[in-house]
Amino acid sequence: MLLKRSLPFTVTTRKYNYMSAAQELAKKVRIHALKMANSGGGSHIGSALSIADILAVLYAEILHLDPKNPKLEQRDRFVLSKGHAGAALYATLAETGFFPISKLATHYQDGSDLCGHVSHKGIPGVEVSTGSLGHGLSLATGMALAAKIDQKKHRIFTLLSDGECDEGSTWEAVLFAAHHHLDNLSAIIDYNKIQSLDTVADTLELEPLADKWRSFGWQVQEVDGHNHQQLQSDLSALPLESGCPSVIICHTVKGKGVSFMENTVLWHYRVPRGEEFATALQELEDS
Amino acid sequence: MRDHFIQCLGELVQQDPNILLITGDLGFGVFNDFRENYPDNFINVGVAEQQMTGLATGLALEGKTTFTYSIANFATLRCLEQIRNDAAYHGANVNVVCIGGGFSYGALGISHHATEDLAILRSIPDITVVAPCGYWETMAATAAIAQEPGTAYLRLDKSAGDDSAISDGESFRLGCARILHSGTDCTIITAGGILEEVQKAAAELSSKNIAARVISMHTIKPIDVETVLTAATETNALITVEEHTVNGGLGSAVLEVLADHEQFTRVLRIGLEGGFSSIVGSQQYLRQQYKLDAASIAQRTIEFLEQ
Repeated sequence: MLLKRSLPFTVTTRKYNYMSAAQELAKKVRIHALKMANSGGGSHIGSALSIADILAVLYAEILHLDPKNPKLEQRDRFVLSKGHAGAALYATLAETGFFPISKLATHYQDGSDLCGHVSHKGIPGVEVSTGSLGHGLSLATGMALAAKIDQKKHRIFTLLSDGECDEGSTWEAVLFAAHHHLDNLSAIIDYNKIQSLDTVADTLELEPLADKWRSFGWQVQEVDGHNHQQLQSDLSALPLESGCPSVIICHTVKGKGVSFMENTVLWHYRVPRGEEFATALQELEDS
Repeated sequence: MRDHFIQCLGELVQQDPNILLITGDLGFGVFNDFRENYPDNFINVGVAEQQMTGLATGLALEGKTTFTYSIANFATLRCLEQIRNDAAYHGANVNVVCIGGGFSYGALGISHHATEDLAILRSIPDITVVAPCGYWETMAATAAIAQEPGTAYLRLDKSAGDDSAISDGESFRLGCARILHSGTDCTIITAGGILEEVQKAAAELSSKNIAARVISMHTIKPIDVETVLTAATETNALITVEEHTVNGGLGSAVLEVLADHEQFTRVLRIGLEGGFSSIVGSQQYLRQQYKLDAASIAQRTIEFLEQ
């Protein structure tokens, strides 16, 4: 069974709101990521919460994948370039049937292959290992060029952090993709505007970010990275223009979903423990 | 070696169109024929070695066999993390080719002196490290690493020794050293084009009735343990010669083999000992300067054997 638009999630009624499969997936991913950070003592919960909606829409509605056949030749390729948010990807893969949900409990544990920064070895559905920033887009250009050479129709998506737009290697890949007209490649930027020590604006200003990508030859779309309808609409419309790579700049909130984590530098590294963990879990479960 | 590499690669591409050559904007005049004959197998990524290596890995993960190419340290150190995290960790068939081992570009200064690459590359897991000693090994190694799955480093040199086939139909195997000259008084183990100095040194030693075995250890990783141990047993001393720092390279690899097998043979490591070379010169000049030339190798060997 292919995943694309066919996840067997129930649509539940919550007062007057419907919760779509993607919304339900995002909620589960957030709860898993929080529990994983708590039990393993892992960092980067803010980063994981930031991308939960993007991942949920991608895996529930966009990517052409088969959890029962993770290496399906014609699958879409997804590269998580911001490997430090690996907990969110593991949770997404587990919830969509790539491996048992029970495996998530091994994250960060002694002897586990569920590395803090995402690793492909032994983990069905993880395309590549990352963790050092500025690698994912280059890898994705290779996959995209190979698909062009072989005249294959699958697409390549890579999710970058805003911080890794500081990396020179990212811009090497940006130049390459445009020069080679890789319109089967789409970058998605989790633009939560907070890095590990400070805000993006106070660390290394990226603005005007959209103009930068545009001037490098990419087609750019900006979107609220937590609005599923917008995400679904824009990600479905890729490539934005034939002959050009596309970038979707997602304006997001670091720590999204937990009131005291939102928009704080602290929760890039802080581990949710005790009362903070309990409160955060309650907020996510009530969402 | 460069011309032999590209000649071999052209022949390989004819057999396997999945082979791609990716250059970081270097190889002026060298790739003209290849580019003309195989335009679909040639990519110039521009001056972007990190992109070159990441791209190569992405292509390799999709079934391509990739060769990345640049000079001196640009193919290796500039993008070392991509070689480690991307290519090697994923077991991707990425073959990193450096033209300019040692002092090949001696006149250009330390940016172009590839004198630590073997030590650095061989410390990374799951990489085959090859430094051919001459043209025959260059062509054979190029074909071998293309066929071998996984990541490899091919260190080419402007100079070359006489490494022609020992016998008709000799087959080259990665990890299997070649005994180019027999001898029982001592063994000189070398890698790279500096074989030319070693062979002259061996001839000089021979004129003084010292029979030196000469071994091409073209594959530094995995090193040929058996050939090292046999030489240690059958000859009185081992001399390693490399156009590279003595720290961590061929000489160190040989010492590791001996220590691991409790074979405590006397070893003289000939290589660079004095740090960076802030002076420049031709490869020949710098070899003389740092006592890596044939006369120095012979002299130091004699002194060592007399100790």
